[in-house]
Amino acid sequence: MNTRPYAAARATLSLTDKLAEINWGFVLLITVIASIGFAMLFSIAGGHFMPWSAPQIARFILGLGLLVVAAMIDIRRWMSLAYPFYGIAFLLTLVTTILTHGHLNGAHRWIMLGPLELQPSEFMKVSLVLALARYLHGLSVEDVSRPLKLAIPLAMIGVPAALVLAEPNLGTATILVADGCSLLFLAGLSWWWILPTITAVAAAVPFAFRFLHGYQRQRILTLLNPASDALGAGWNISQAEIAMGSGGFAGKGFEHGSQSRLNFLPEKETDFIFTTLGEEFGFIGAVGLLILFAIVIGYGIRIAMQSRSQFGRLLAMGITLNFFFYIMINAAMVMGLIPVVGIPMPLMSYGGTAMLSVMFGFGLLMSVHVHRQVEIPRAAGGLF
Amino acid sequence: MPLFDRKDKSRYATFTRRTVMMGGGVSAVLAVLGGRLYQLQIVNGELYMTRAEENRVNQRLLAPLRGRILDRFGTELAGNRRNYRVLLIPEQTSGGVEKALDTVGRIILLTPHDRERILHDIASNKKFVPATVAENLTWEEFSRVNLHLPYLSGIVPDVGETRDYPYGDVLSHVLGYVAAVSEKDMQADPNPVLSLPGFRIGKRGIEKAYDSAVRGKAGIDRVEVNAYGRVIRELSRDPGTPGSDIYLTIDNDLQRYAAARIGQESAAACVVMDVTNGDVLALVSTPGFDPNLFNVGIKDAQWKALTTDDHTPLVNKAISGTYPPGSTFKTTMALGAVDNGMADLVVDCTGSMRLGDHIFYCDAWRIGGHGHVDLQRGIQVSCDLFFYQVAMRLGIDKMEEVARTIGWGAPTGIELPGELAGFVPSRAWKRARFHEPWEEGETLVNGIGQGYMLATPIQLCMFAARIATGNAVWPSVTRVVGKAVQPRAVPKHLSFSDKAFAMVREGMRMAVNEPGGTAYGSRITEPGFEMAGKTGTAQVRRITRQERANGLTPQSKLPWKDREHALFIGFAPIENPRYALSVVVEHGGARSEPQVQLARDILFYAQKRQTAMLPTAYPTNAAELYVPPAGVAKS
Repeated sequence: MNTRPYAAARATLSLTDKLAEINWGFVLLITVIASIGFAMLFSIAGGHFMPWSAPQIARFILGLGLLVVAAMIDIRRWMSLAYPFYGIAFLLTLVTTILTHGHLNGAHRWIMLGPLELQPSEFMKVSLVLALARYLHGLSVEDVSRPLKLAIPLAMIGVPAALVLAEPNLGTATILVADGCSLLFLAGLSWWWILPTITAVAAAVPFAFRFLHGYQRQRILTLLNPASDALGAGWNISQAEIAMGSGGFAGKGFEHGSQSRLNFLPEKETDFIFTTLGEEFGFIGAVGLLILFAIVIGYGIRIAMQSRSQFGRLLAMGITLNFFFYIMINAAMVMGLIPVVGIPMPLMSYGGTAMLSVMFGFGLLMSVHVHRQVEIPRAAGGLF
Repeated sequence: MPLFDRKDKSRYATFTRRTVMMGGGVSAVLAVLGGRLYQLQIVNGELYMTRAEENRVNQRLLAPLRGRILDRFGTELAGNRRNYRVLLIPEQTSGGVEKALDTVGRIILLTPHDRERILHDIASNKKFVPATVAENLTWEEFSRVNLHLPYLSGIVPDVGETRDYPYGDVLSHVLGYVAAVSEKDMQADPNPVLSLPGFRIGKRGIEKAYDSAVRGKAGIDRVEVNAYGRVIRELSRDPGTPGSDIYLTIDNDLQRYAAARIGQESAAACVVMDVTNGDVLALVSTPGFDPNLFNVGIKDAQWKALTTDDHTPLVNKAISGTYPPGSTFKTTMALGAVDNGMADLVVDCTGSMRLGDHIFYCDAWRIGGHGHVDLQRGIQVSCDLFFYQVAMRLGIDKMEEVARTIGWGAPTGIELPGELAGFVPSRAWKRARFHEPWEEGETLVNGIGQGYMLATPIQLCMFAARIATGNAVWPSVTRVVGKAVQPRAVPKHLSFSDKAFAMVREGMRMAVNEPGGTAYGSRITEPGFEMAGKTGTAQVRRITRQERANGLTPQSKLPWKDREHALFIGFAPIENPRYALSVVVEHGGARSEPQVQLARDILFYAQKRQTAMLPTAYPTNAAELYVPPAGVAKS
């Protein structure tokens, strides 16, 4: 179809071509967002690079390297790696879940890989997107809605999600399900499946509430009425709302956020970093960040639309939507719209695994972009 | 199988359509998030700013320095001394709180009880809140702690302020004391300064009566705190206002002399007044107590000893002790007699008289009576028969009127809490109280100050001052509160005639200075310093007819509690009196005139202390202002 005479049109590209093909504007954009994160980490440390800002910068630089490497790798290579990745991620998740249940005190979502602490569920999200994209690549629109063909991706989504839920990590499980369902939707799942499912889920919510863990249920109840327990479980939400709201229109100024600086704000360097931004830079700062995020998402959607392979389209959209779900859940959570579920703000929150998995995801996105002209036969998709 | 089929086109179309839908969903969610930001930050921003500020800023009260209490010459009677304390900050200890206490326990004494209290304090606070390890250390102990400080991690020496009463029990009943705030105090007074740890409020005496004046106004320290309550920095500081100093009318040297002299009795009270203006120069009640005990924290055993002692050390006998006035009441009767046509009354005292079925005796009954007795001699020798006659002629109604005219039965309004009114009986009272009519015999008994009559030493002293001057002198114990000079009443002349006062004064002069007078043995002999006065003995138990027949049991053989009270009222010098005095020695009847000897020494000392020393900082004969002390004007 596309006959424009530029390098990407060729089936194989040289390394230089590929480097040139990377969307450097996009890279600049995420660097700007990450830098805002560094600044916030610098601010809440009382104007110091330690203990948060400097390690975060190092991780981002590492992440940039990962991004470029991932972008260089041919999209067909990624397609062939999709199932092995998924398998590894699945095993790691399984091991983590089992290990977690060995610990009596619950939530232990980390495993040690040498000096690195790794949260396998982060890796799982990218792997799931990869695997689903590959599988759905082999299916026609009609195939997607066939029960036997649909059962496989549902299992690919459902089993790891159930494992993660059992860790217990409701936030990540939610994102896994959201990522997976989005890809099924984009692949053309019939409305005859979608509408009844939505109805059934909506009806099941009250029952599901019973099966939630005590602390998860408490978080939901707290959300509905934070003032009921202002010094206990409602503390996080109340203090986060105070911090965000007290930023006002223009904010209290850099390094002047009293709520975060004086530790009223919980988890200020990780899950609640968006609140710190809102406190110090106000409505302008917070909306500004959302706009930057929107541009990133816009880039992602455009990359997906430009890809000539279904695998590329689904992979790009999966990565982009995964990024979006992070933002949505985190922002809604710190602003008291949904219960606190422990999802970081991508590119902003302090944490190595999240940063690296997001950057790896963007690397895949770049790979789709670089190899957008590559056409892949439908037979390459499917289960085998 | 073809490499690409038409289905690819259809699924690309589907993908595009659904991606656009997804994009719409993403936009909608971002719009909701933006809307929530708008709601939080723009609509409710002000509200949250206020709440963030409330979070951030903590206001701490700073205890004001308590005002001093000084005597009339400026001697400090209640002040503030440095309180050397040792604090422990749990988070700064290396090796734990227990170890830190062990170490410091080798330098200063820590009882197991202390340790328990300290550990309890630490457990109930955050790790950075200092706990008091020891207070009121001596300089030596404090220095020792400071010397070893390099080895004492987490231990902080600190200097605070605490109340100090340098004269101890000498002034215990005038000053009262301060003590820790109780639940009840907090309910009665909503001032938040009361909840400060270690805050003290006045519980008795001047400390209680003028608590609001000496307390001052608390300062406010606005500090920025973090979520754990740790202070990050100070935002502003209002040091508050220290409490006002109070100048008393007390002459501390006279007070100490009187306390030392009175202290030789087991239980007694004495009041000395300046008759010209009502200044109370000395007010002693013995036994006293050390007010410092209550400030530091009284031990159970000490408290028990104070409350169970039958000599009632906690009661200010000078204002809260009520005693039958005994023969001191005859001075009042004499005033009434002169103004009711008995100025020239002469009674032939045979030692006893019969009224109805009862025989009434005079003290002189064993020697056959006093013989011919006129009014002055009646006072001089304290002839009961003379005053029985006066009482009979006056009648109970007139007697009550006379007594109330000079001030019996009403509080003097002295600025000390707990003053009692004494008592004057009446027909109406007896009917209401006992449902019986008044008996004439009771008129006789009350006419010599026995029976139902009751008075406090401060009242007795006031009567002495009123007889000495003829004026309605009111006692007062404060001269200057803060910058305000306490108003003094311009003494009004009492409604008795000058002749009555003159005759009573002459009788009181004779009682002390003429042979045969009841106080002659303890007179002041130095010319120009003589005193006038009237003795009194108050029976605590009724003398039985059998005792009359067989001879009285000597007082020294009676148990202490059954002995008579010994009273004296007097003034000096006789010409232009300056000092009035009352003494009550509880159950002092065993020895001869102990109260008169006390009175003699104290009045002599007071006169020798040169009245010229009275300060000029405030008016001594204040005619400037007339405001009667609260509660007195109406009576």
